[in-house]
Amino acid sequence: MDAFTTHTGTAAPLRRSNVDTDQIIPAEYLKRITRTGFEDGLFIAWRTNEPDFVLNQPQYADASILVAGPDFGTGSSREHANWALLDGGFRVVISSRFADIFRNNSTKAGLLTVILPQDQVEALWNAIEADPALPVTVDLRAKAVSYGDTTVPFEIDDYVRWRLLEGLDDVGLTERHLDDIQSYEATRPAWKPKALPALPA
Amino acid sequence: MPKTLAEKVYDAHVVRSTAGEPDLLYIDLHLVHEVTSPQAFDGLRAAGRTVRRPDLTMATEDHNVPTLDILAPIADPVSRAQVDALRRNAAEFGIRLAPMGDRDQGIVHVIGPQLGLTQPGMTIVCGDSHTSTHGAFGALAFGIGTSEVEHVLATQTLPQYRPKQMAVTVDGELPPGVSAKDVILAVIAQIGTGGGQGYVIEYRGSAIEKLSMESRMTICNMSIEAGAKAGLIAPDQTTFDYLQGRPHAPQGADWDAAVEYWSTLRTDEGAVFDHEVHIDAASLTPFVTWGTNPGQGLPIAGRVPDPADYANEDERRDVEGALAYMGLTPGTPLREVAVDTVFLGSCTNGRIEDLRVAAELLKGRRIDANTRMLVVPGSVAVKAQAEAEGLDRVFLDAGAEWRGAGCSMCLGMNPDQLAPGERSASTSNRNFQGRQGKGGRTHLVSPAVAAATALTGHLAAPADLASVDA
Repeated sequence: MDAFTTHTGTAAPLRRSNVDTDQIIPAEYLKRITRTGFEDGLFIAWRTNEPDFVLNQPQYADASILVAGPDFGTGSSREHANWALLDGGFRVVISSRFADIFRNNSTKAGLLTVILPQDQVEALWNAIEADPALPVTVDLRAKAVSYGDTTVPFEIDDYVRWRLLEGLDDVGLTERHLDDIQSYEATRPAWKPKALPALPA
Repeated sequence: MPKTLAEKVYDAHVVRSTAGEPDLLYIDLHLVHEVTSPQAFDGLRAAGRTVRRPDLTMATEDHNVPTLDILAPIADPVSRAQVDALRRNAAEFGIRLAPMGDRDQGIVHVIGPQLGLTQPGMTIVCGDSHTSTHGAFGALAFGIGTSEVEHVLATQTLPQYRPKQMAVTVDGELPPGVSAKDVILAVIAQIGTGGGQGYVIEYRGSAIEKLSMESRMTICNMSIEAGAKAGLIAPDQTTFDYLQGRPHAPQGADWDAAVEYWSTLRTDEGAVFDHEVHIDAASLTPFVTWGTNPGQGLPIAGRVPDPADYANEDERRDVEGALAYMGLTPGTPLREVAVDTVFLGSCTNGRIEDLRVAAELLKGRRIDANTRMLVVPGSVAVKAQAEAEGLDRVFLDAGAEWRGAGCSMCLGMNPDQLAPGERSASTSNRNFQGRQGKGGRTHLVSPAVAAATALTGHLAAPADLASVDA
């Protein structure tokens, strides 16, 4: 995963709540077995059916920060949604509320999710609609979003922040604790179920 | 200190806990399917890693699986390639796979319980948000993304943060014709699609205790639709009776030891929930969704809402968008909404009890001439059981289609899809735009409402059938 320290880019205002992962990328794109190349499925239904959809508007075509309504990323656990956003050029999603699995997947994929209060999201929407070329900076080191004369602090778990700043892979971190895993396994009751071997009918 | 059920299960699986870091949680069972796993196996290969505990891992094919001609190769080459990738990965890494045609094949959340692999007090994960289904047994079960699938394959653990605790208490008697699906749709409508974020929900109360395991699974299944990490129900005699004798359930002295432990898995007197919701079972009625998220539901006696009634501008815009997509006019009685297709199946309502409820209503009747009904059992075993009971004949005689097992039209990764503009009443879990096919319009319903709707051709409750027969 790529490290995330700070990012400056333009932002797109997605004035919708409950943007579920089926909208971010529909199931038909999930049949692929690769981990990249999902940009063609990103918001495909809205991009196809709604000429005015925000990402169809040329002023937002190069946006790398998505500013969405509450409850972004609900529904399916598909990490393809996070990959599609990254493949589509986004490094940051800002919302007042994220679905848990989406947010968690983002920390694994290297997509930064920033929670701001809804009134701050509203202010940012207004600012970028007034000037779509407005540079927005999301600084993970300083834990702040800034644009124009405005700087808004955000909260993020220290451990998650450290992992993102360093671009660290969780599996490698956990493998430092194999002794603990082995010790735990030694205490598991023998009757806990095993999937193997398959049992006769 | 008194603990909740979820806290007890969580604490029993902490491998390592250090201030300033997430806890490392041991995973008792990892369920795998073809859609969210190929990139995880690729990650293992790229790093030269193996699967730490193949014996705690089980794979099946469900999302892409056609429900017709199931013994023929999958016609869609992309779907076929994904299923083939799972077969190669399972063989290479030594994981048990229930492939298409296998007696144990089915929707991953149907086969775990049916094999007895899902047991109280376990931690269970799968790269699928409806893993919460397994919480019905008092397990802490939750969906994960593909990076986490790779992490569990490699280490049999997951870094986790202690979730907040919510209690949803449903007391009283459910009225006739009102089922677990109506309960959970009402819960989601009440707390919202984000109401459960950061929480594990424990469902409790006299109405929950009276539910069968199948019904409990329906409720826990849709916890994610309220945004919750997981949902669970304390194990009791109903749980133990369901498990005893299943292929992977403990036996003999092990069974006694297990039951003794499982019997401790109850929320302690005095344990504190961060949030509590109370619902009076007697107040519930059959519930249907009208919009494009599972929180947009109403009792079936209701009418399509009017955006003008929403004071908040963002909400109004969302309701307008939902109604435009759904092709609904404000004020229309929900019972007057005509339906093209009825889908009975999915990890929410594709178990034997669900099929029995629908068959009971369909028996001796014919579905509406303009409505098609797909009945898709949740697993090969459910299909066999239904056929042993003659339910397949009931469905076929009523004019419904009797299909093979899989996820099917819940998300249309196989050929079972809605056409643009086609309207369904579906026993599945998501009414998102395009979920069941591009441009398809979904109303979430219970199996009983699905059957009544198929018979009348419009959204209907079982009680409405008296007028059909008259």
